[in-house]
Amino acid sequence: MHPAYSVIFFTTFSGAGYGLLFLMGLFAAAQWIDPVRWFGFTGFFFAFSMIVSGLIASTYHLGHPERAWRALSQWRSSWLSREGILAVTGFVPFSFFAMGWVIFENHSGAWRLMAVLTILFAVLTVYATSMIYATLRTVRAWFNRHTVRVYLAFSLWTGSVWFNLLAHLFDLHTPGIGMIVVITGILALWLKRKYWMFLDTSPTWVPPEHATGLGDLGSVKLLDAPNTQENYVQQEMGFNIARKHAEKLRRWAFFTYFLIPWSLALITFESDPWIKIPGAILAVIMVMVGTMIERWLFFAEAKHTTMLYYGASDS
Amino acid sequence: MTEIPQNTSGKKLGLVIDLDICVGCHACAVNCKEWNTSGHSAPLPDNDPFGQNAEGVWFNRVHTFECGQGADSRTVHFPRSCLHCEQPACVEVCPTGASYKRAEDGIVLVNEDICIGCKLCSWACPYGAREYDGDSGVMKKCTLCIDRIYNENLEETDRVPVCVSTCPANARHFGDLGDPISEVSRMVEERQGYDLMPELHYQPVNKYLPPRPKSADYQSEQPKRLTPVAARPESEEAGGLFRWIDRVLTR
Repeated sequence: MHPAYSVIFFTTFSGAGYGLLFLMGLFAAAQWIDPVRWFGFTGFFFAFSMIVSGLIASTYHLGHPERAWRALSQWRSSWLSREGILAVTGFVPFSFFAMGWVIFENHSGAWRLMAVLTILFAVLTVYATSMIYATLRTVRAWFNRHTVRVYLAFSLWTGSVWFNLLAHLFDLHTPGIGMIVVITGILALWLKRKYWMFLDTSPTWVPPEHATGLGDLGSVKLLDAPNTQENYVQQEMGFNIARKHAEKLRRWAFFTYFLIPWSLALITFESDPWIKIPGAILAVIMVMVGTMIERWLFFAEAKHTTMLYYGASDS
Repeated sequence: MTEIPQNTSGKKLGLVIDLDICVGCHACAVNCKEWNTSGHSAPLPDNDPFGQNAEGVWFNRVHTFECGQGADSRTVHFPRSCLHCEQPACVEVCPTGASYKRAEDGIVLVNEDICIGCKLCSWACPYGAREYDGDSGVMKKCTLCIDRIYNENLEETDRVPVCVSTCPANARHFGDLGDPISEVSRMVEERQGYDLMPELHYQPVNKYLPPRPKSADYQSEQPKRLTPVAARPESEEAGGLFRWIDRVLTR
């Protein structure tokens, strides 16, 4: 599948934004954190800018961005529509939660309910995004149980690296934050490894013989394509990455999305502000770059059944 | 609504494509382009039509496959277009309701006035039937020539998809596959017409008829050969007047 930069940017940044909101909601609802005004302001600023810029980026993928509002109508069947609705309606509890924290500096009563709703909407929105891919039977690399888990884990992991930066910026010594960074990093690493193991070992999804139904005559291979130059379907669905490049990128992704930010988070946990703040910023940059590489591979490594008609030997 | 509607009439309009007969002339694809570029989904744009990278939107494409190896191999021409599935995921994933399946005859169409061009339907189609029109920013696809099959300005014999009427080999057939005694349904039953990628459960309406087995003569060890002309016995040669002329001329 062709890796569209607008979609990679959108899923990475809005994922991190929702992950950060999830953690802020969790810490507020559990009352593990005091409603400090500027901490809240900075956190909501990070989260909202990432979510909104992601949503705007996603409209660049559209042929008619001015009609994007129409995408809110088909929630009964379409995960893309559900994602749109959740992304828009989520701003109601998010805004109240932010108001309670930043303006009234309050985490109890009705504000606490808003924190719980924020947790819920953050999870549901990322879940809906991943279900867009996980329900496409045409792409084996997406149509499996790993897709949703990896999207949720990466959202949580990138969000927690941002949360770690916030904690250092405001010199917050909540041991829970360090624990969460350690655990969510390992979770993202483990689930992504399981995904890649699945991808490397899964048998052929649909063989070319089933695409044409001509298997009874022997093995089927393309003799003559219908067109001389690549058409839309080939450009969109026929993106191919060499296995050796994929392996190299997987290694880079491992270093950037996991090893470097995870180690930095550990190192900066109990150190001098002159080390921990630049360290936490570097961790954030690394984890975002790494997740974009991971997301790029999510598209580039995915094979579509349509390409069986254009000479692909498996799907 | 992009939910799949209850088909009340039981009517399932579609195509039956005979892979035994198709000669791979691409006439169906060319005439499809010709009709549809001024039809329901007009225009079907071409990018760089006279240059090095000519490509454009087509609803129908003919692939040629080689099946089997060596002497037993067969070349099969394979026209491919929208199969108007009974479970079209392209319709279900559409966030705007622009993609829809008609309850009355099962035809899958795109309402270009509300399509946002997100391309998700083309990802959901396993058959590559949908092609994006970058010029107008909307998705386009085979309409089963909806502007012909119900068109009362046309002669009744012409009220079929243009790929069907243009096929010089009569390899394409149009009809109601929901009616078990229709000509197309009987054809499917007789020839064991089949679905493409049945394991994905899209339940395509269009069916393909497999190539017939090769004749027994061809498969036997020693294929029947034509007798060389030079070796023909005298008695098989021309007689009477022509024999006399032949003799006069060879003298």
